[in-house]
Amino acid sequence: MPGKLKVKIVAGRHLPVMDRASDLTDAFVDVKFGNTTFKTDVYPKSLNPQWNSEWFKFEVDDEDLQDEPLQITVLDHDTYSANDAIGKVYIDIDPLLCSEAATVISGWLPIYDTIHGIRGEINVLVKVDFFNDLNRFRQSSCGVKFFCTTSIPRCYRAVMVHGFVEELVVNEDPEYQWIDRIRTPRASNEARQRLIFLMSGELQRKIGLKVLEMGGNAVVGYLQCFDLEGESGLVVRAIGTACTLEKISTLTSASATHPSNSSPSKDMKDSPQAAPSTLGCRSTHSSPVHSASGRLSQGFSVSVPTLLFAGMGSGGSAGKEAGPLKALLRQQTQSALEQREYPFFTLTSFPPGFLLHVGGVVSARSVKLLDRIHNPDEPETRDAWWEEIRQEIKSHAKALGCHAVLGYSESTSICEEVCILSASGTAAILGSRFVQDGPLDTDYRFEEVAPPGCGFCHIPYDELNIPFPAQLTYCYYCRRFKVPDVLFTTIDLPTEANVTGKGCLIQARLCRTKKKAQGEGNATAISNLLPFLEYELHTQLMNKLKLRGMNSLFGLRIQISVGETMLLGLASATGVYLTALPSPGRIQIAGKTPSDITYEQHISNMQKKINDTIAKNKELYEVNPPEVVEEMIGSPIPEPRQRSRLLRSHSESSDEVTELDLSHGKKDAFVLEIDDTDAVEDIHALLTDSPMPPGFYSCNTEIMPGIQNWTSAIQMFTSVRVFRLNNANLTNQGLNKIFSDLCENLLKSLYFKLRSMIPCCLCHLNFTVAVPEDELIQVAVTAVAMSFYKDQTLENGRQSGDKTLIKAITENDEQLQFNLELNAESSSSNPLSSTKGLSDVSGSHPSARAPPVDYSSFADRCSSWIEQLRLKAHTIRRGSVKTTSSLEKASPLPEGRSRSLQSNRSYSGSSVTVVKMTPLSFIPGAKITKYLGIINMFFIRETSSLREEGGVSGFLHTFIAEVFAMVRAHVAALGGNALVSYSMKECVFMENPNKNQAQSLINVSGDAVIFVRESELEATSVQPQSAATRETSNGGDGT
Amino acid sequence: MSVELDVFVGNTTIMDKEVYQLWLNGYTVNDAVKVRIEGGIMEECEASAEVLLSDTMDQYRTFQMCERLLHHPAKLANQLLFQIPPDRQAMLIERYYAFDDAFVREVLGKKLSKGTKKDLDDVSAKTGIMLKSCRRQFDNFKRVFKVVEELKGPLVENIRQHFLLPDQLARDYAAIVFFANNRFETGKKKLQYLTFHDFAFCAGQLINHWTVGAVDNMMDDMDVDLDKEFLQDLKDLKILITDKDLLDQHKSLVCTALRGKTNVFNEMEANFKNLSRSLVNIAAKLINAKDVRDFFIDLVEKFIEPCRSDKWTSIDVNLYLIHYTNSVHILDTFKHHGVWNRYMGVIKSCILRMYHE
Repeated sequence: MPGKLKVKIVAGRHLPVMDRASDLTDAFVDVKFGNTTFKTDVYPKSLNPQWNSEWFKFEVDDEDLQDEPLQITVLDHDTYSANDAIGKVYIDIDPLLCSEAATVISGWLPIYDTIHGIRGEINVLVKVDFFNDLNRFRQSSCGVKFFCTTSIPRCYRAVMVHGFVEELVVNEDPEYQWIDRIRTPRASNEARQRLIFLMSGELQRKIGLKVLEMGGNAVVGYLQCFDLEGESGLVVRAIGTACTLEKISTLTSASATHPSNSSPSKDMKDSPQAAPSTLGCRSTHSSPVHSASGRLSQGFSVSVPTLLFAGMGSGGSAGKEAGPLKALLRQQTQSALEQREYPFFTLTSFPPGFLLHVGGVVSARSVKLLDRIHNPDEPETRDAWWEEIRQEIKSHAKALGCHAVLGYSESTSICEEVCILSASGTAAILGSRFVQDGPLDTDYRFEEVAPPGCGFCHIPYDELNIPFPAQLTYCYYCRRFKVPDVLFTTIDLPTEANVTGKGCLIQARLCRTKKKAQGEGNATAISNLLPFLEYELHTQLMNKLKLRGMNSLFGLRIQISVGETMLLGLASATGVYLTALPSPGRIQIAGKTPSDITYEQHISNMQKKINDTIAKNKELYEVNPPEVVEEMIGSPIPEPRQRSRLLRSHSESSDEVTELDLSHGKKDAFVLEIDDTDAVEDIHALLTDSPMPPGFYSCNTEIMPGIQNWTSAIQMFTSVRVFRLNNANLTNQGLNKIFSDLCENLLKSLYFKLRSMIPCCLCHLNFTVAVPEDELIQVAVTAVAMSFYKDQTLENGRQSGDKTLIKAITENDEQLQFNLELNAESSSSNPLSSTKGLSDVSGSHPSARAPPVDYSSFADRCSSWIEQLRLKAHTIRRGSVKTTSSLEKASPLPEGRSRSLQSNRSYSGSSVTVVKMTPLSFIPGAKITKYLGIINMFFIRETSSLREEGGVSGFLHTFIAEVFAMVRAHVAALGGNALVSYSMKECVFMENPNKNQAQSLINVSGDAVIFVRESELEATSVQPQSAATRETSNGGDGT
Repeated sequence: MSVELDVFVGNTTIMDKEVYQLWLNGYTVNDAVKVRIEGGIMEECEASAEVLLSDTMDQYRTFQMCERLLHHPAKLANQLLFQIPPDRQAMLIERYYAFDDAFVREVLGKKLSKGTKKDLDDVSAKTGIMLKSCRRQFDNFKRVFKVVEELKGPLVENIRQHFLLPDQLARDYAAIVFFANNRFETGKKKLQYLTFHDFAFCAGQLINHWTVGAVDNMMDDMDVDLDKEFLQDLKDLKILITDKDLLDQHKSLVCTALRGKTNVFNEMEANFKNLSRSLVNIAAKLINAKDVRDFFIDLVEKFIEPCRSDKWTSIDVNLYLIHYTNSVHILDTFKHHGVWNRYMGVIKSCILRMYHE
């Protein structure tokens, strides 16, 4: 009996009137955990009952503690008939099971009813007396911390990153059980809510067990999803990254904050460059019937210093003997990772030194026909499906010469009995130091050092065997290593990356009609369409990227949604101009038959329009890489001489590199042939994207390149639109336009709504599309609007001071071989560093090491799949190339200090705790001091009086507001004042206006935290007001 | 092709003051959009009519959802559904409870009943204020009335605490409640020249001096009703006009004091007895509820109008009333000085406020 759960029911307020005669309520409370139930006394005739109950004690297994939610039901006592339920509160007690999270749940929680919504509030106290079970055969995993955040949480440091954990549980959906025909909608909804709570609990427990097995103590980047498969069941699945985390002590955090504050240093250019990176992409589709594939992606890799990443063992000893042989080290890293079943990581931003190279986006899709899950305890089929996909992803990554996949995520889209499973990630090469902890040879470390600001752009694969027609050039930053012309990734922009100008959201939207079909025929039709859909999405992305004068995409997320008569594709990413990459070529429009004069006129008009747009965009996003002295044009197929040079000449000086003329090349523009109907569509799509109103920026990543000085004003929001297509006979083009307009108009509305926050950036813009029924398109957006200070007040003086400090630290660090504190903290301060200079970090790590890369070793491996890729993958390329001098890049100076200016408005007048919510992992101008646990809630709302509740909009508006309110209340009850890494993972809406009915399901999650305003921290510090010292003290205070 | 559903929910509830005002004023969504377009917001924010419509609908929905909370403003502060910063909450409440002077002037002193509510369309037609807005204002009056009717203690304070209104607005509501409770006649043609603020001022005087709560703060009684005992005592003042000696004495004292200080001395002297009779008669009749209702019309007909026809200035009126009040204390047979002061203090400030030259 390792746990005792104690619950006290204090009071209620704002209860609904349950007795019409007296206009009052005789309320009592039912407290249920597992199979045990306690009741409070009836508090007669009051809408604000004071029960002040005794402590109800439940003695339970820790397994149950993890699986079961605490269920509190408020009822109205009725002497003559059955008691009426007022509503319920489900409380996840998982946060109480971890010593570092919350200790008590106490506060006003909304009483929720699936038919009536929130009906008053109840004040409860929940505690757990917990004795940890040391039984090694235990089934529980209490104490494992869960984080939705996809980076190492602030205030923790990563001791080890163990790798991928996944689990999946299935059950029958209560909505589809026979009993549903005879029970009330309320009972059915509650059964569903409870089941999903239970399944989530079970899932977390099982994942926790896996983590313990691996020797970890936490799951970072925990992503849990529901698949409502209808008749065939309910699947709850989760993936995450197992880690061993350690809380950062005050001292370490002080020093740790520095790296991210530092400015790019001049000496950076002296450091030798490292590591090439890959460009490439693969994806496949498979279905029971069919398989198809094709897609491309760009490579990207980062080399940064230190952080310990322990693998599963292996290879460490070999490393010692091997001496300064890159190949060996590389192999070791690889072998260590290969030992894992899936070398996947759900993280999107990383501690320095974790990520060296990125191979490119890898994705896989598979179309499946759903069948009833016969035995819920053995969900083999679903497991096998995902296994297939993951294997595919793994092999894609391998083919790209990468041994790991980062920013990994999985999703599904279900329509009737057809289900599309998708997975995507970014193939990458990880730092060898994270896979093994053997000491590294110094010489060779020296050789490996690359400026962190551009190292990740260098191609890691063999130039001779580029898997797709890519154009390589020497890095525009360091000029030592080859870089691709375009880079696509699913991860966040590395904090240390050198960026020119600002970033912006880039979306590709596509809608394709499909014939109605059943079963296998339908699945076949869908899998036939998928490759084209992906191809076109990619083309659109590429065009839009060029139109904005940018050369890389981060946070790429492609969502394919299937309906009965159409397929929707939505790709979102944040476009960035990486200083290290060549500037994109022009877009040139060409007509096939240049005979007609009016036609030519038309084309030249379009061309002009496009050129104007590019120029305008460049200005808007401040993409103005300095014009280059000499032009370096990359060759798609470099000569062997150059190749060998690449391999050996890492430490050569940059001037040498500039001599290298990589043969070939005209400033080819990217050509769009206009005779092609697709091209017309492309151009149309390009030009219909209306520009953002002045003062607005947008991105879908954690960090907005080019903006650092956030104010403390943040506004998280969700917006949902459902569009009805009344005309059944729409062409693809017509559909496309409608879909694109829908997204554009939604964005326009957001800009208008949030105009008071200008200058402002919409961060982490997350679009979800769905086809709830025939002729309906649903788009849901969740994002956070953050204001920033217009003039970037810079404190250059501080930087230099800091820099020396950092240097000292780094040196020290090297002696120690790895400085965990530094690394962990600087990584965990990533989000924070959005308030600082993104590119600043680079300077602080002159000692950055890149792993040895053995090109030849992978050449062979690559060659085989290259053919296959050449057939399937598609790249758009060419483009004029301009060199950018690395040091001139327009990276903004660090702006961390502006935080001190931030207003710290606390609304003390309100009796309700203000709870901030954000999809980001940080709160600008504030320091997260404690993680209280994961919030994962699932709600169903149903109505049979839709008109009376304000129609569909009124209904959903209320429901979303209620969900927010419940999330805030639970965060506050845990003692928190913010929810970070918030996401609305599911928002299903169904209506039947004829019956005046509607139903909606929402699933939200995030990490409850306590944050402290940095201005408050400063207030407590007794440091002098000089900027530099203040910063130091800041870090010191913050734990 | 149509947008079937369109919602926007912020963690902090976004409310546009301008749209809120349009909503309060009773505009339909489409009219509100028109007004906004005319306001030039489209050019300012590069927005389309579509965007404006969507935004306006969304805001209207939010306001409707908030409305039930606004009926009990105290709930707004501790409800969980909307996260609204306190300064915004205060704005929402203040504007929701704000009213149009033109409207309140029509309803002031009327019984806040269903019957009155039914006549609101006439009021709407007459004042040009939209019916929806009239209804909101009327319901606000009624709601405040119902709540404070039952409460003990100072009226203004009760209103301020229960409805979280700013001081001035709470005072105005106190006046409205007071008028409604005592059913003062304000609608007569002769009273039309008086503004709501004139009446509100008078109400304040009455509340502060003539109710039970006015004399004894410790009394747990209400501020809404006039002090019956005091009204009873007012009858004793009749002696000032019934006793001929006293009347003459009073007159000569006042005339002596006024002589040479005003241009209308002759008129004052000629009218003294009439005016004095009027004021004392008003006092003596106040014990009857019906005559309480006519209090203001009586003041106007019996005092203000005669003075005005004789072209007294406000200064003259003030001077006259000062000496009229003070001279009584020199009359040795007159015993009711306390009641006299309590009565005349209010009468004097009311008359001065109501005396528009």
